Amino acid sequence: MQYKSQIVAKHYFVGALVLFVAQILFGLVMGLQYVVGDFLFPAIPFNVARMVHTNTLIVWLLMGFMGSAYYLVPEESERELYSPKLAIAMFWIFLVAAGLTVIGYLSVPYATLARVTGNDLLPTMGREFLEQPGITKIGIVVVALAFLFNLSMTFLKGRKTAITSVMLIGLWGLAIFFLFSFVNPDNLVRDKFYWWWVVHLWVEGVWELILGSILAFVLIKITGVDREVIEKWLYVIITLTLITGILGTGHHYFWIGAPEYWQWFGSVFSALEPIPFFAMTLFAFNMVNRRRREHPNRAATLWALGTGVMAFLGAGVWGFLHTLAPVNYYTHGTQITAAHGHMAFYGAYVMVVLTMISYTMPLMRGRAANSNAAQVMEMWGFWLMTIAMVFITLFLTAAGILQVWLQRVSETPLGFMATQDQVALFYWLREGAGLIFLIGLLTYLASFFKGEKAAA
Amino acid sequence: MSASFSTSAARNMFYGGSTFFFLIFLALTYNTEQQLPKRDQRAQLDNPAVVAGKRLWENNNCIGCHTLLGEGAYFAPELGNVYKRRGPDFIKAWIKAQPTGTPGRRQMPDFHFSDKDLDDIVAFLKYASEINTANWPPNIEG
Repeated sequence: MQYKSQIVAKHYFVGALVLFVAQILFGLVMGLQYVVGDFLFPAIPFNVARMVHTNTLIVWLLMGFMGSAYYLVPEESERELYSPKLAIAMFWIFLVAAGLTVIGYLSVPYATLARVTGNDLLPTMGREFLEQPGITKIGIVVVALAFLFNLSMTFLKGRKTAITSVMLIGLWGLAIFFLFSFVNPDNLVRDKFYWWWVVHLWVEGVWELILGSILAFVLIKITGVDREVIEKWLYVIITLTLITGILGTGHHYFWIGAPEYWQWFGSVFSALEPIPFFAMTLFAFNMVNRRRREHPNRAATLWALGTGVMAFLGAGVWGFLHTLAPVNYYTHGTQITAAHGHMAFYGAYVMVVLTMISYTMPLMRGRAANSNAAQVMEMWGFWLMTIAMVFITLFLTAAGILQVWLQRVSETPLGFMATQDQVALFYWLREGAGLIFLIGLLTYLASFFKGEKAAA
Repeated sequence: MSASFSTSAARNMFYGGSTFFFLIFLALTYNTEQQLPKRDQRAQLDNPAVVAGKRLWENNNCIGCHTLLGEGAYFAPELGNVYKRRGPDFIKAWIKAQPTGTPGRRQMPDFHFSDKDLDDIVAFLKYASEINTANWPPNIEG
């Protein structure tokens, strides 16, 4: 760690990992409710568990991105963070706001939460992933603006690199597109159309810029390959991302009432979306193969390579599987979507945040890398979580194919619930894989407490 | 990557390419807005019951279990076409009968809707079922 103020990242990373645990526990609750329908009912209905599962995911990834930026921007800019105090204050505000929101979800009916937070004055709630009360959304905007101010001031006064430029464009884009969460027309088609300006333009747009810059930063550090080479790759990857991903938004406009030409734009451009992910895989492996040093943190290298592979599989391959309009006509809104969502979020965003945590945490704790024993344990966590996620995805895909066949393709289609009964076996298997994921997560977390002695 | 292709060329390609495609996206959005009145049943929004129904849909987080035009959670049936599948009376009776309490079955909470609320929800679901969705879903089961 070269600058004292980089240490603020530690708060964000610890906060992110705590929320990660909550996310997985609620995921297991939902997974069980798929097969034991009345599990925890009425204390925690499925929709509540799902809000906690998805919202904690989003918040912990945002915390991970923020922590990454607070670590990376000072080092790249070659100066201290503009205001470490502001960064710490924003962390606590964010964590408390997230905690109160989750308590709100769990303690009162959602309609009560909507009423007491004044949702009728500015209705923004009750839309997938944007379920937060208006006041929480405003809090997110305030935290994001303070964060961007802090980083932009650091950036402007220091050295400007491709990595920080790309990261700041990604983070500003994240904040700007989030403003569409306040757009909720009564017209359902327009509501859905602009809802995707948050959701799609985040995960298949600006978030990939953040992902690319974090990966590029860690690869420079662990491989020692020339910055010039890495920055060129970064620009090529994000160019491919945006020229495919922006019009790729069209793959969400097939069946929600938008004009039918979106079937062409959406199919063609989103079919190209795997290309930047494949470039990212090649990038990670190429840079590691051309490394000029043997970095003692082998676990961080594993995470970086894993991100390249799993982002391509989850976002690229599993996205392509159901993105062409004639295929999507049958798969839209089935377990195929869930399968893709799980592996894409894990492979791209969870893994890149864990890559950054893996690289920076030892440095923030005063050593280049963790002890061998701790790294081995961390790598066990990597493999258990990653393999478990592969199986979760495969089981959900199997469930999805069966569901499509029984409910939508068959000459004598079954109803939704009758179909669900037929695929229950795969939901049980998915829940088992989820338990392995939890064991992997606990192993990973335990590695932070293993062998405090430095490696070298 | 070839040395003749410089980082600054890559950077210019990024700024130029993304700006170009974002402008196309905005142009298509403009065109979509022009075409939507023919497809989105907006005349029905003059009926206050439809708007009130959408608010009830949102304030009770229905999307947390159901899909609507294929978007949402995959725990409970698609409701974009439920008006056509089941009809208004069945929908109201069904909601009133929840939760079933059948052991081991998925449960829908009791949302304590008034009769007016139920009429509003049905009006909203009728509106949703009449949007032109390019013939999706493939069959009435959703």
